[in-house]
Amino acid sequence: MSEIVKGRILKINILRFDPNEPKILPHMETFEIEEAYGMTLYIVLNMIREHHDNSLMFDFVCRAGICGSCSMLVNGRPTLACRTLTSKLDENISLAPLPLFKLIKDLSIYTGEWMRYLNEHLETWIHDQEQELNVDKLEERMDPDLADEIYELDRCVECGCCVAGCGTIQMRPNFKGAVGLNKVARYHLDPRDKRTDEEYYELVGDDDGVFGCMTLLGCEDVCPKDLPLQSKIAYLRRMMIKTAIKN
Amino acid sequence: MRKKIDKMPAILDFLQSATGLVLALFIMGHILFEASILISNEMMYKVTLMFEGYYFFGERYPGIISFLAAAIFVIFIVHAGIAMRKFPASYKQYKTITKHTMRMKHEDSSLWAIQVITGFMMFFIGSVHLYIMMSQPSNIGPFASSSRVVDEFMGPLYFMLLLSVISHAFIGLYRLALKWGFMEGKNTEVSRGRFKFLMKAMIVAYIVIGLSSLAKYTYIGVTHDFSDGVRYKSETIKIGEHK
Ligand code: HEM
Ligand code: SF4
Ligand code: SF4
Ligand code: FES
Repeated sequence: MSEIVKGRILKINILRFDPNEPKILPHMETFEIEEAYGMTLYIVLNMIREHHDNSLMFDFVCRAGICGSCSMLVNGRPTLACRTLTSKLDENISLAPLPLFKLIKDLSIYTGEWMRYLNEHLETWIHDQEQELNVDKLEERMDPDLADEIYELDRCVECGCCVAGCGTIQMRPNFKGAVGLNKVARYHLDPRDKRTDEEYYELVGDDDGVFGCMTLLGCEDVCPKDLPLQSKIAYLRRMMIKTAIKN
Repeated sequence: MRKKIDKMPAILDFLQSATGLVLALFIMGHILFEASILISNEMMYKVTLMFEGYYFFGERYPGIISFLAAAIFVIFIVHAGIAMRKFPASYKQYKTITKHTMRMKHEDSSLWAIQVITGFMMFFIGSVHLYIMMSQPSNIGPFASSSRVVDEFMGPLYFMLLLSVISHAFIGLYRLALKWGFMEGKNTEVSRGRFKFLMKAMIVAYIVIGLSSLAKYTYIGVTHDFSDGVRYKSETIKIGEHK
């Protein structure tokens, strides 16, 4: 007779608040869930919604660490819930929405609006001087190492963890954060982007840009995609200093 | 014509790092020279003479020390003025960063907080020390310095200054390396880990050296008989005969 192994009882403390019902103040609510093998917070939250409280709100799409929807504070640190195994945490788990972003309800936040504004502001697309589109022209060749490096930076899923993990941006919300600086570094590296160094300097050469970064490295240490944020911010900083010397 | 870019943010960021670097290198040397007292009174006396230019000019010029102290003071003021921009500027910002740091339990964020606190402390204790070195350069030596530590109550101030300056300087150097990507390896996790280890080792080493010297100065200050003044009389070096 095989014995059924009882899992730990996890106490999930969730910060709950609905901005549309401001009379009910933000409060913590605790749910008890029996742990199962290979359980992630994605499974936990779905169990809570199914068995305990169907009004609980949280975001998931891909449940595989690809879409970046499920970012939240787990025990105070930003991370992707779908990639967090409960076996790596102790029994008491606290969950809260990422700060700084617009709160929809409970754990659900509106990162899209913030990221769209950032992308529009930094113009995160290839700026080509060519006026006419010529589909027959061969694309310029790119060094494979450089292509790899750019691809690496393109893996950002805009989850917002680096924003929530950055003390600088909490204090000074105009700061562009690691996600923005990483994108600028990505286009700066790309030979197809014809923006001049001076144009880049205008974009990030101030205290809201790369010079605002205080090297707290929260971003680097929480990025669930392990992007080389520290190294790319340093790269951008050197480039901006070079541009300033040149002028 | 394209409008000119505003270079000031770049200049400030660069100067913040450059002044921090110079100060940190200075401190690394300074604490070691102070520690010459651990070898012997005579050794510290010789180091003092060296900085007074005795071995170069055959005469003592305490003015050189004044000049050095003034130069460091200027760099110190420039650094503090520029780095001050990073302080939380309001109660709200202070509360935000404190809450964030507590919540994150993230070592590097906490290290930054230490740098801000120690930087703030040095506004006051650093200034006192630098001003005295500038205004009384001839009162340096194994006995004069010991007397300052004990009879003029500089001991507690030096103690606080040592703890704050050493932690501030080495955390600063660690952050400098990462900020500019200095000696960054292919695997940044490894190179960062090494820098962090080096930072911690240096903090411990320098605090041990600094505290030992301070203890020796205190010991001399308590036990030495200052009835014939604070001048040190060397057995081997007779000022004036060296020309
Ligand atoms: C009144 C005195 C001082 C104040 C107020 C002060 C303040 C600060 C602050 C707030 C930072 C962090 C800047 C940032 O986050 O970007 C900093 C960085 C630094 N400080 Fe100081 N500091 C003082 C004195 C010193 C001294 C005496 C040393 C050297 C022993 C030193 C070495 C450094 C270094 C190496 C950095 C890193 C530079 C950088 O991040 O660019 N500081 N200082
Ligand atoms: S850089 Fe990393 S943490 Fe930041 S948004 Fe992109 S994937 Fe998320
Ligand atoms: S290094 Fe620090 S200050 Fe800079 S973006 Fe990352 S978390 Fe923010
Ligand atoms: S659900 Fe897509 S990253 Fe977690």
